Amino acid sequence: MLSRVAESAFWMTRYIERAENIARFIDVNQHLALDDFAAGQWAPLVAITGDLAEFEARYETASRDSVLQLLTIDAQYGNSILSCVRRARENARTIREVISVDMWEEINQFYHFVERWAKEPTMLLNPHAFLAHVRRASNTIEGITNGTMSHDEAWNFVQLARMLERADKTSRILDVKYFILLPTVHDVGTPIDTIQWSALLKSASALHMYRRRHGRISPEAVAEFLLLDRYFPRSVHFCLLRAEQALREVSGSSREAFTNRAEQLLGRLRSELDYLRVQEVFERGMHEFIDNLQSRLNQIGEAIHQSYFVGAPEPMPFTQSQHQ
Amino acid sequence: MALSQYQQQGTYDETFDGSGLPRPGCAALVGRLQTLSDDELIRYQKAADAAMFQMGITFQVYGDDQASERIFPFDVLPRLIRFDEWRHIESGLRQRIRALNLFIDDIYNEQRVINAGVVPGELIASATSYREQCRGLKPPKGIWCHITGTDLVRDKDGTVYVLEDNLRVPSGVSYVIENRAVMKRTFPQIFEGFQIASVEDYPERLLETLQFAAPEGVSDPTIVVLTPGIYNSAYFEHSFLAHEMGVELVQGSDLVIRNRTCFMRTTRGLKRVDVIYRRIDDDFLDPQSFRPDSLLGVPGLMDAYRAGNVTLANAPGGGIADDKAVYNYVPQIIRFYLDEEPILPNVPTYLCHDPEQCEYVLAHLDEMVVKPTNESGGYGLLIGPHATAEQIAACRKQVQRDPRNFIAQPMLTLSTVPTLFDKSVEPRHVDLRPFILHGERTWVLPGGLTRVALRKGSIVVNSSQGGGSKDTWVLAADHQVNVGGE
Repeated sequence: MLSRVAESAFWMTRYIERAENIARFIDVNQHLALDDFAAGQWAPLVAITGDLAEFEARYETASRDSVLQLLTIDAQYGNSILSCVRRARENARTIREVISVDMWEEINQFYHFVERWAKEPTMLLNPHAFLAHVRRASNTIEGITNGTMSHDEAWNFVQLARMLERADKTSRILDVKYFILLPTVHDVGTPIDTIQWSALLKSASALHMYRRRHGRISPEAVAEFLLLDRYFPRSVHFCLLRAEQALREVSGSSREAFTNRAEQLLGRLRSELDYLRVQEVFERGMHEFIDNLQSRLNQIGEAIHQSYFVGAPEPMPFTQSQHQ
Repeated sequence: MALSQYQQQGTYDETFDGSGLPRPGCAALVGRLQTLSDDELIRYQKAADAAMFQMGITFQVYGDDQASERIFPFDVLPRLIRFDEWRHIESGLRQRIRALNLFIDDIYNEQRVINAGVVPGELIASATSYREQCRGLKPPKGIWCHITGTDLVRDKDGTVYVLEDNLRVPSGVSYVIENRAVMKRTFPQIFEGFQIASVEDYPERLLETLQFAAPEGVSDPTIVVLTPGIYNSAYFEHSFLAHEMGVELVQGSDLVIRNRTCFMRTTRGLKRVDVIYRRIDDDFLDPQSFRPDSLLGVPGLMDAYRAGNVTLANAPGGGIADDKAVYNYVPQIIRFYLDEEPILPNVPTYLCHDPEQCEYVLAHLDEMVVKPTNESGGYGLLIGPHATAEQIAACRKQVQRDPRNFIAQPMLTLSTVPTLFDKSVEPRHVDLRPFILHGERTWVLPGGLTRVALRKGSIVVNSSQGGGSKDTWVLAADHQVNVGGE
């Protein structure tokens, strides 16, 4: 397939998945902020995006309003839900001949929905319905994609993009816990702590699947579930297994060997997670582990660019974006 | 419904005759519409608009921001063409395209038509659409104009004229197909009992035409559609046609020439391209051969084309046949190459190039439509009877400065069709753009794009100037048997 088309399919999907995950980030904070002990902690949400500097340049304080504004409808901010959906649709528009009609119509409707709500002044007062719709639209597009698009090379780029973006964003959801302060050091391991961990699970739609697998909430088990679980579709390990599968479908190489740098980097990271114990994550420090994970995901993204979308400019550091 | 108050305006109406009765073939449709209330009709109209928006059948308005994407206005009341009328139009178009294709081939090769004194040589040499780079070219199977969209109008007395030939990159066919799809999706009741020629096989026929035009010896050609990109106002159509044919949609930057052969850049390296349905003007195709500042084209493409390694459809240089001054000679061109009388007449045309005719035009500017010879899309047009004194004076100056660049035609009264508005059904002027594919055979898509001037009294139907469109039905020969009651 055309390199440009592969690139557009890749970014179309990353932006849709990114919009969904921003809705999930906000959701985790909504859960927490409604309980008074964490009220007022909106700065962590910006911190996990990796775009703190950009936020501080344009907004004075990290209030509920300013953070919600940034993440949902700020057209100047490239990773707001509005910007992501616009860019997703722009990419979809350039490859309408490749994607199915059903996919296009759903993405087009998603775009019109977000544009309409972005102009609705009351949206920020209660963003719940908006955020729920964003999540559902993304899930619908994923379902339609899997059900109506041939699982050929283009689909594999779509799958690769979704899984890489999701792995990155699930790790960021987990990282919220690092930034959110407990009232005092004595609160570690108390009900407040437990509530925070379960809020993370909720925003990754993972609470009920977690319960079936691990039962009671413990930090190790939550981290293990979101990072290392092989069966939960939003865990980092699951995502990397699927991403690698898609990449190998594209290149046609076997699992024992690699034919380019993207395969090498992705294969190595995936195999590390195959054999990692969650205790090692905590020994190293979870935030440091996640930081390292994210920069390796970025390297994989860059290597995919080099191997398949030749001529594409270098991606931005930390949160990757497409330059067109 | 409001059809009972329909006021004709002394024009030829496509649906009603002079006495206000439905024309032959239209009675069943009028009867069907009369069973619907105004509210119901408006509801169907709104459903159709919403469907278009949802399907993303939109165009970008230039110079606006993200939100300014509009649907191409669409009117749910269809325009009918009787089978016998269509047969006549169809045979006229086939004849015209066959002749024009021979003409282009001749102009770039032997120039028999000039030597025989049928078309003046200086008219060709001075045409901006003439391409010296195409001299001596012999495209595969001798086909230059693979895809044509010819604009037809009907005057007061009911005669159908050819208004202009578009042999470069005519657009609009996607709307013909999508208009029908939207009608079926939102207004299925209206089709019951009618037998209407299908428009859905256009992509199949287009693919066949492009395959037939492949370079010699290529049995399973790789075909692509070349677009200027998503900011082009016809991008929807480029994408639509590539999608419907199942071929790649490429931009200039996706293509590369190596060893006088065209390739596209893919995730698995370079892949050879055999046929390019290009939706980019000649000028922008190849910066090495045409405009050096073009960023849309492919450097070296003309070279690969000349070497016979890739087919361009339509062939570069074909624009010479739709130059508005050459237009005047099309009847003679048909007689010269085919030895037949033209089936469809031209609109009488004055060439400002000719001093005598120019003098007449300048004396009658307020009665005439004046057109630049090499523009399309309704740009630079003067409609004398509707123009202000200043506009006429400005036009006079332009014509005097560069007479070769202008033609004039008497103002035709375009036929009208009932068109739905919020509170009424009113007559609006229409034209018709049928699409012709020239390959192993010459095939005409039944019907074509009916463009309607939505502004009251306006005769400018171009979408860039406030025009909309309608579904166009060519009724099958035996429709009267099927609809009963007529």
